Amino acid sequence: MKLQGKVRKFGDNVDTDLIIPAKFLNVSDKDELAKNCFAYLKPDFINTINHGDIIVAGENFGYGSSREHAPLAIKSAGISVIVAESFARIFYRNAFNIGLPILESKEAYLSIREGDQVSVDLSTGEIEDKDIGKIFFARPIPDFMREIVDAGGLVEYIKKKGLTDDRCV
Amino acid sequence: MPMTITEKILARHAGVDQALPGDLINVNVDMALANDITAPLAIKVFKEIGTHFVFDPEKIALIPDHFVPNKDIESAEQAKVMREFAIQHQIKYYYEIGQSGIEHVILPEKGLVIPGDLVIGADSHTCTYGALGAFSTGVGSTDLGVIMATGKTWLKVPQTIKLNYEGNLLPWVEGKDLILYTLHELGINGANYHALEFSGTVIKGLSMAQRFTMTNMAVEAGAKNGIIEPDEITLAYVAERSSRSPFVCTTDPDADYEKVINIEVGKIEPQVAFPHSPDNVRPLSQVGNITLDQVFIGSCTNGRLEDLRKAAMILNGRTVANGIRLIVIPGSQLIYGEAIKEGIIQTLINAGAVIGPPSCGPCLGGHLGVLAESERALSTTNRNFIGRMGHPKSEVYLASPVVAAASAILGRIGSPDEI
Repeated sequence: MKLQGKVRKFGDNVDTDLIIPAKFLNVSDKDELAKNCFAYLKPDFINTINHGDIIVAGENFGYGSSREHAPLAIKSAGISVIVAESFARIFYRNAFNIGLPILESKEAYLSIREGDQVSVDLSTGEIEDKDIGKIFFARPIPDFMREIVDAGGLVEYIKKKGLTDDRCV
Repeated sequence: MPMTITEKILARHAGVDQALPGDLINVNVDMALANDITAPLAIKVFKEIGTHFVFDPEKIALIPDHFVPNKDIESAEQAKVMREFAIQHQIKYYYEIGQSGIEHVILPEKGLVIPGDLVIGADSHTCTYGALGAFSTGVGSTDLGVIMATGKTWLKVPQTIKLNYEGNLLPWVEGKDLILYTLHELGINGANYHALEFSGTVIKGLSMAQRFTMTNMAVEAGAKNGIIEPDEITLAYVAERSSRSPFVCTTDPDADYEKVINIEVGKIEPQVAFPHSPDNVRPLSQVGNITLDQVFIGSCTNGRLEDLRKAAMILNGRTVANGIRLIVIPGSQLIYGEAIKEGIIQTLINAGAVIGPPSCGPCLGGHLGVLAESERALSTTNRNFIGRMGHPKSEVYLASPVVAAASAILGRIGSPDEI
């Protein structure tokens, strides 16, 4: 699957309180959550992105709380994929579980600029920045996690595979 | 092969002899936990899966603690989703406010976690239970929803970093100071994906309350779990609260740690984390003149009886400085009751504290003590990110209950020695 979009760039240690501040966690609806995505850091984020845009960030993206509302808000805001130097543990797991693909590449983070047009091939891990004419390769996603993303998240994956499949539970 | 305590517990729950770092294993969960923020999403997932029964109504805990008593219509709706699910599925460990408190305070208090258990919670501070010699870690709501249906989850076995604390503690230095100091040493992703094993003679000398404070903040270094080998103190604590037999295990002497960090505590003074990161830590003597608007004592980090007792000891016969709002929130209904019996609450009230209902309180900036623009708080909680306790231009400093109590009297961040 090839994803294409304009880059929204962030730095290191973007924590889940920045992605969606706790005062907006009184709802579970993903569209409501998306409205307040990056409410403090980039107010009006949702109105500044086009569907399919890509987040590129530094180290430890998604650090902090376990709130799944964070990747949900990002996904529902229209972001198609996150490329970061590294991810915090719980966020990494949550992103796959809700079907938001994420890739790790330090080189991509260091070179890609805000606003660049980038395409990401999830099957090969190839990240191409068309504006600077460079290609980067992300660490491959483990196969069974790719299957989860391809299915659209853990719930869809389980529905497809059945609850007895050892790999999914 | 020799194993660490974390690897042993994981192997046991995966039904395998060996669990080596990097192994992907499928484990049975002894206790699955969610709160009023994370449970509604997990319940949605549970329903979407299409199953009709939880895997075991006696192995699920649903605790309303984040936005309770409910702060608005939306949070009341969230709590209602959890309450109705708990009733429908006869969840044994659903506690309504009035019998409840903060999830990570009441699960140990009610004996629901014992050594050797594997606990998965939809809350990042689920790592707290490692103080009991259990494996515990936080996940998101989808994972938790699947666990409620199946009782299982997959985990990658983490490598372990051992932290070895030796020496004699200086006056006013507590578990909170040790963990803040450690976070400064490790950095906020210094233990990403790792197990943090807290050990050494200093840890063996700490009360359970202080051990919980330390494992609670393991996640602040990115750790998957924090853990302390069970000893007499652990077993005495558990024996008073649970009739189950603990699975007591320890790390083999020649187990393979990724690294061992030796920390000489004799040089560690009380610590303060500056905005906006829990690893942005300075010794108290180097804090300078930081005036405050609010002091909060409570949370899953420092809302236990011992914490309130120490705060009351400092505040006894003194009053909070003019212009300072001191909020104290007992971590559970039981702690609240004990604190009343011991006269702690009266002491705190006399000093000018306001007492909140057992809950997470203002820790995550949603309820019961939110900060305005440019306001500054000293808090005994675990996080001080931008906007964590309210306005994005407010500031949160983290410290122990004794430093918090002294600072409330001084009106600025300071030491109990100064009052």
